[in-house]
Amino acid sequence: MTTNEEAPARPPIPKTEISQGFWDAIAEGRLAIQRCTSCGLLRHYPQLRCPSCHSADSDWADVSGRGRVHSYTVAHRAFHPAWKDHVPYVIATIELEEGIRLVCDLLDADPDTIAIDQAVEVRFEDLPGQGPIPRFDVVDASGG
Amino acid sequence: MSSLSSRSPLSGKTAIIGIGQTPFTRGTELTTLGLHLEAAHEAITDAGLTPADIDGVMPNELAGTVAEDFILELGLPNLAFSSTIRTGGASFVSAIQSAALAVAGGVANHVLLVAGRRGFSAQRVSKTSEGAIAPHPVMRQIDEFERPFGNTVAAQWFAQAARRHMHEYGTTSEDFGHVAVAVRGHANKNPRALMYEKTMTLEQHQASPFIADPLRLFDCSLETDGATAIVISRADRAKDAKKPGIPILGVGEGHGDPPTSITQKRDLTRIEGLERAAERAYAMAGLGPEAIDCAQLYDGFTWIVLASLEACGFCAPGEGGGFVRDGRIALGGALPVNTSGGLLSEGHCSGANLVSEAVRQLRGEVEPDRQVAGCERILVTGEGDFHEGAALILGATE
Repeated sequence: MTTNEEAPARPPIPKTEISQGFWDAIAEGRLAIQRCTSCGLLRHYPQLRCPSCHSADSDWADVSGRGRVHSYTVAHRAFHPAWKDHVPYVIATIELEEGIRLVCDLLDADPDTIAIDQAVEVRFEDLPGQGPIPRFDVVDASGG
Repeated sequence: MSSLSSRSPLSGKTAIIGIGQTPFTRGTELTTLGLHLEAAHEAITDAGLTPADIDGVMPNELAGTVAEDFILELGLPNLAFSSTIRTGGASFVSAIQSAALAVAGGVANHVLLVAGRRGFSAQRVSKTSEGAIAPHPVMRQIDEFERPFGNTVAAQWFAQAARRHMHEYGTTSEDFGHVAVAVRGHANKNPRALMYEKTMTLEQHQASPFIADPLRLFDCSLETDGATAIVISRADRAKDAKKPGIPILGVGEGHGDPPTSITQKRDLTRIEGLERAAERAYAMAGLGPEAIDCAQLYDGFTWIVLASLEACGFCAPGEGGGFVRDGRIALGGALPVNTSGGLLSEGHCSGANLVSEAVRQLRGEVEPDRQVAGCERILVTGEGDFHEGAALILGATE
């Protein structure tokens, strides 16, 4: 896990009881997604009941952490001070191999070459005062 | 497509009988409530009523006003109905559905709807980091899973929908530019528009800086101080009003699934909530998109107009870019869109100015050079939060 010295701080993450399992896994260096233990449906963002079979029972299933850029924007203006020294920066919607989508800023990605379907992989980063969060990096499409 | 004989019994049963509007400005001495009261008084007078006649009020979510504000400040003696819809930019058009049901059902006689805010003098979206706009329960998942990851504002959310649309369908930034330029041309004919005196060419659109690529500055709507109000009543009561009532032929609301965020939509490129809303509005009115003479489409960003043309059946999914080329949505084109200049060039009044413009067009009250000739049916849309939608079909007085 890397430590980031970014300042000023990102918006605080309002973790909830519903999402605690997600953040607990992140703290252990795992990416885990809520799964219905009745029908097996993976769902994100976390919620109380399965929208498909209505079960209230769920657990947290480890996922690959590998995915692709489903869409993205290059932010040329920062609307929050945490990103003002990073413009232009890439914000991507990542679709994991398991079909789940997460959003992440790709501060190391090249805004000129970022593209839909580019392969990405998760890593974990310890934010001062906030604890670990999942981040994604573009990986060599050839699998290197 | 269904014939007029299949229209719902609710179609045409209610009408907009009054509209009121403050000037659109960048700077105001008034509070948001002060703006609302000015617009409300004008709408009530326009309807030929007095405040004492108003027995229903629907404050707008984005303004943060409540029914009690209007009871107190307008002196409403006996309010029977109040409700607030929470679908962001779709709230105003969605509220028309609730107001129509309330008056058609006899719960209230005259319902006042007011929207707009100090979008420039307070709560500027472009200056907002956090906390400037009232906390909004529907943003809970965004606050936890997107804002801490840099996806902080609407321009960035919609940019990703626009980017995916470009990827799947070959839509271009110039297509967005055609929307911006067409509605700017309309604003140049509308003295009430903030951009009345500022022209725009496609080249200028293309030279405007990126805010969130692919969305440029000229793809974003305005930050505006101002308010708009309307009064909804039963159509048979409207016959006694000062001006002819504008009948509500169809109205519908629709929600996207899942509702948490644009990034979680099964298909980012489709405004599913608006597809459902438009389908309901058409069904209620017993007509289809081919019967619409003019459209006032919620244009928070240019891309939303392309996606709304698709959602409302004017073209197939993915064809919005091609639809707006060659002047089709400009005045004089086959489907004039946002004839006031819309949120992009008239002012962003939480979408309510699209409704007042439709009423003015159907009353024949606009400047002659932006009057849509032979205009009998207008579609108005709202889009809010994460692809939620509302659609309204207004007709010429029957």
